[in-house]
Parts: sequence; structure tokens; C-alpha cells
Amino acid sequence: MARLRPDPTFYPSAKQAAAAPPEELAYLAMLSPNQSRSDAIGVVDVKPGSKSYGRLLSQIEMPKRGDELHHFGWNACSASLCPWAAHPHVERRYLVVPGINSSRIHILDTKADPRRLELVKVIEPETLARKTGYAAPHTVHCGPDGIYLSALGAPDGGGPGGLFVLDHDSFEPRGTWERDHGPQHLAYDFAWHLGYDTTVTSEWGTPSMVRDGVNPELLLGGKYGNSLHVWDLRKGTHIEKLPLGDEYQMTLELRPARDPRKAYGFVGVVISLADLSASVWVWYREDEKGGKDGKERKEGKAGKGWKVKKVIQIPAEPADPADLPPLLQGFKAVPPLITDINLSLDDRQLYVSCWGTGELRQYDVSDPFKPRLTATTQIGGIVRRAAHPASPSKRLNGGPQMVELSRDGRRVYLTNGLYSPWDEQFYPAGLESWMVKLETRPEGGMALDSKFFLEMERGVRCHQVRLQGGDASSDSFCFSS
Amino acid sequence: MIYDSASWTALLALGAGHGINPAMGWLFAVALGLQRGRRGAVWGALGPLAVGHALAIAAAILAAGVVGVILPLGVLKTATALLLVGLGLFRLVRSRHPSLGSGRAYGGMQVDGRELAIWSFLMASSHGAGLMVLPLVLGDPASAAQAQHVAHASLVVLGEPGWNGASAAVVHTVGYLLVTGLIAVVVYEKLGLRFLRTMWVNLDLVWAVALVVTGLAVVL
Repeated sequence: MARLRPDPTFYPSAKQAAAAPPEELAYLAMLSPNQSRSDAIGVVDVKPGSKSYGRLLSQIEMPKRGDELHHFGWNACSASLCPWAAHPHVERRYLVVPGINSSRIHILDTKADPRRLELVKVIEPETLARKTGYAAPHTVHCGPDGIYLSALGAPDGGGPGGLFVLDHDSFEPRGTWERDHGPQHLAYDFAWHLGYDTTVTSEWGTPSMVRDGVNPELLLGGKYGNSLHVWDLRKGTHIEKLPLGDEYQMTLELRPARDPRKAYGFVGVVISLADLSASVWVWYREDEKGGKDGKERKEGKAGKGWKVKKVIQIPAEPADPADLPPLLQGFKAVPPLITDINLSLDDRQLYVSCWGTGELRQYDVSDPFKPRLTATTQIGGIVRRAAHPASPSKRLNGGPQMVELSRDGRRVYLTNGLYSPWDEQFYPAGLESWMVKLETRPEGGMALDSKFFLEMERGVRCHQVRLQGGDASSDSFCFSS
Repeated sequence: MIYDSASWTALLALGAGHGINPAMGWLFAVALGLQRGRRGAVWGALGPLAVGHALAIAAAILAAGVVGVILPLGVLKTATALLLVGLGLFRLVRSRHPSLGSGRAYGGMQVDGRELAIWSFLMASSHGAGLMVLPLVLGDPASAAQAQHVAHASLVVLGEPGWNGASAAVVHTVGYLLVTGLIAVVVYEKLGLRFLRTMWVNLDLVWAVALVVTGLAVVL
């Protein structure tokens, strides 16, 4: 039943959402890579001062094994306030949790007891395939008129990947989102500029290109994704392809500016074949550059005129081959591997995960074209193996990977698992999984919270974190200011 | 004739009532103003919003007029009542965004005047705004029969009463436009959107109940 007043976690603008109260719970994807049990969504106490602070309160196992839970998201969020499709009286209540390997999509209810979730529906892979033609569902975003998901490809393991929509009420897949794929074949993440009726998508690989680990032949041949695609959000048609260049491989996480007037966003690129460096690029509408007051062109249909520019490059670190996994020994260097990035709701701070070198970097991106490094925290890493202050003598593996940020931008949550088959290649000794938290300062700076060090039991790996009530990457906004 | 001053006032008030609903236009006008960074965008949105709303009301009145050629007024009123109750109950259970056959909600943040008018037409129609006006326009069979010496509602729409039908749509829309414009400008210039979070009462729910009540009132 609909609410009488809007859901209190919906905010018209990102600026208002940034003033939201601190989260008390976090939801965590927990995988069982050896499939000895089912994957689960855990609930973590993140309320400082609580007796169980930093600990797992409960977990709900998925009905079948081998899902490979990855990313997940809410059924509804601030996008419900968008004026052309307003339905503010639905609830932010259900977590939509896809299994990237199984193509099963689970719907979990957080309402009855937010600390103990309930499974209320499963969409089977056959249903997804029949209704959308897609498999390997990945990113989930609550949209103005439905729940949007990306998918890596087709049920046969090939492409194209793309987007599909779940119905708000029934959670049934409504069908393929695109009307015209144009030259797009690979898929991964997607983002919106709701103010410009524009969608941006990124590229990883089709299910068969990623399921068995990174394929060195494909990688060295530059076959993984290295472009962005711009789409007309209203029509579902391809507008233009933005190639980054042949040497760049894997354009993954997309973080658009949260203010709908700003027509730019950030994308992390995992690796360059030229020198193993990693990079962050800005995509932007041509009139955005130099027009920060937004007076140039804030109206007009979705269309061409988007560009992409490298703004951060992080070099590989030389290393003794003995410290490196077989995949990297020939290169005598450890690549940073930017596998996730996140942007604060005020569009000011960008967090960059370097999963290979074991670093989390914080940049001031007030000017998106001139990022300024403001802090670096080291934890884990292929060679570095930096420790956590809670256990200073224990060398950690894995590195900062999924990075989630509170709505007020004061707290960062990190996990270290990437994707089971890939974890084995970069951390062959066996990735020991953890979740940590950092406190940040708005003017720049961050530090690990010594009281928050959640180690997974052996054989369990954690991936994406979602925060109760929403986080920096969960919501989209239709109102500026 | 049905158009006494009470009827006109009721039409105006109903229009004003439609204008209060954030989902019916003013919020869109504010959002366009914020997106484009100028108050002209707020004012510019009001015209197309009003046109779309007026067309939705006119379409409902015209449809009733055409159907009225075939059906006696009493039957037409019962049919209207059933539609009102049905739509109200449907909206209580399920609320859908209007689309133009694509299955996607119609609209976006880069709409031009024509699209904004279409959006407003779709919103008003799908909310049964036109249907809600019908009971006021149709009048009661006894007085209509006395005044016009006919039992068919078609005459209410065609000829002189037809002019009345058009004026009904215009009067209703004036009420709608005044309220929509007033709220949009005050929110854009002064209030801001902070209060939306707490004060946006579920008017769809109220609306659905209003549809049912209107429908019942027509029959009883």
C-alpha cells in the first residue's frame, strides 16, 4: 500500500540528500566462491557506539548456490520525485539482488526487520532470457519510471549486453530497454544525466569473456571494452560512441555528477596495455567545459557533442617477480587496477580504488578537469599487503575494491573482493576478505577506523555495500541545487 | 440551465484542486526552472501545461457529447459514474505512469512546449480529471429536459450548450492555471523544495477516493 507522505529517504536534490542522518546499517554481498554454500546478503552494524558495531548481525542465504552476487540496489529512491513521473509515496523497501553468474534476480524485503532480511521473490534466468534476451545482470539503479538493470550479455554467453527494466510494482522484467544498439556490443555499468535525458553506458566483456577469469589473449589483444556509449534516455536509442583509445582496457564504474545540471561524470579504467597504468576519465558535454555557471546550454534534446578526457593516471609500481602472481611476473610491475570509484553527493570528492597496489585515493574534483589528490590510504595490495590498525601485524591481501560512501560524505566503506575467477588470478594464495571503514574530512583527508575491521570467515568474500536509507551511488536526482 | 453561478464556481474550484497536485504540473515547472537556471523557464512551462489540461477536459466533455447522441442523459450519467468509480478503485490499487504505447513513462527534463502539453494532457486524462468535470457539465436529467425539452445530452455540447461545454473547459483550466502558476512561482522564488519531502500528501490516494465519491454522488 502506498504511503501518505513521501518516503523520508527520498530527497529532491543531492544537496538535500547530503544532509541526511547517518546510516546505522549496511547491506553486504557475501559470496561463497567454492560454492560450498549459497551466496548471502549480510547486515552489518555501522552505528558508532553500538555494542555490535562493525559486526555482522545476520545474513540471508540465496535459495540456490553459485549465484556470484555482485552489485545490487534499491527498488525505489529519490528518482521517484522526478516531476514527469512522480510517485513519491512508494517505499525504499526492497533490495534487488542479481547473481551475475546464475542470472537469477532476488528481491529482498528490508521492512519487517531491517536487521534480518526476507526473500520475497526470485526472477529465474529463463524468465529474464525470455523477456529481455539478456543474461548476467549487473548494475541496479532505481529510476523515475522503473527499476533499471544492466546485463553483460546474452544467455549463450555472447553479446550484446545492455539494459532492461523491472516493473516497479511486480518486479517482472518489462523487456529490453534499447530500441537501437548502434555499434554497442559490450556492457557493464550505466549512469544517467536525468537533467539531459541522457544515459551513459560502459564496457567490460560478454559473459563468456569474463566468466573464466581475465583471458590474457583477449586482454593483450585489446578485446575487452574501451569505450563509453551515450544514449537517448527517452527513446532508448544510441547517440554516440566515445572511444578512449586502443590501449585502454575495461571501462568500468560510471559516476555521473549528482547535480542534474552538470553534464559530466567520471569513469575508472582498469589498465592500460601501454604501461599497466590505470586511469580516470571525465566524460562531458562539450558546452560543460568552461561553462560551470551552466548558462551556456542547459536545454535542448539529448544529442551528440559528448567528449571524454583522461584526468587521472596512476602508474604501475615496479616489483620483484617473486612477489607477483604468474599472470604479472613477466611485467615485473604491479598494476594499480582501478576497479571502482565513487563520487560524493556534493560532486566534490572522488574516491579511487587501486585493487592491485592496495591504495584508496581521495581527490578533490571541484574542478572535474583538474583533480587534486588530497589523501591516500594503503591497505592490502598484491605486493604491499598493508595491515589494518586493528591488527597491525597481519599482512592483508586483496585491496580496496568496492567503495561506498555515506550520503554526507563523511564515511567510506571498502571491501576487497572483485570477481571470484579474477580474484584467483591476482591473489592466487587465496583472497582473504574484509570490510573496513574510513572517516573522511570534507576539506580533504581520511583515516581507517581502527574499531571497524570485519573479516569474513574463510571461504567467504564480500563485494558491494549498500547503506540503509541510501548512499552516494544509490540515488538519482531530478532537481538541481 | 445547469450553468448557474454555483456550477461555475464549482468548475473553477475543481480546476484549482487539480492544480494543487504536484504531479499535475507545478512541480514540473519548478524543475525546469531549476534545470535551466532561469525563472523564464517556470513561466514558459505554464502555457503548455494549461493547454494540455484544457484539452483533456475538452476531450472528456466532447466524448460525453458524442456518446450522448446515442444514449439518454440518464444512461450517460450512470456510465460516467461507473467509469469514475472504476477508475478510482483502479487507482487505489495500482498507479501507473501514462505512456504513449512504449511502456515507458512519457516525459523527461528536456521537453519542449508541445511535449509538455502532451504530458499535461496525459496526466490529466489518466487521473480522470476530465471525467471528474462531467457531472458538473451534464447537469441533472430533469432540469436539462425542462430547459432544453430533450433528453439527450448531445445538445449540451452542440450548439449554444456546446459553447457552454467549451467555456466549462476554459473556466476549469483558469482555476487550474492560477493555482499551478502561483505555487510554481512561489516555490521557485521563495520556498524551495525542502518541504516537498514532508508535505507532499499522497494526493493520488485522495484523488482516487474523490473519483469514487464523485461517481457515487452522480448516481445517488
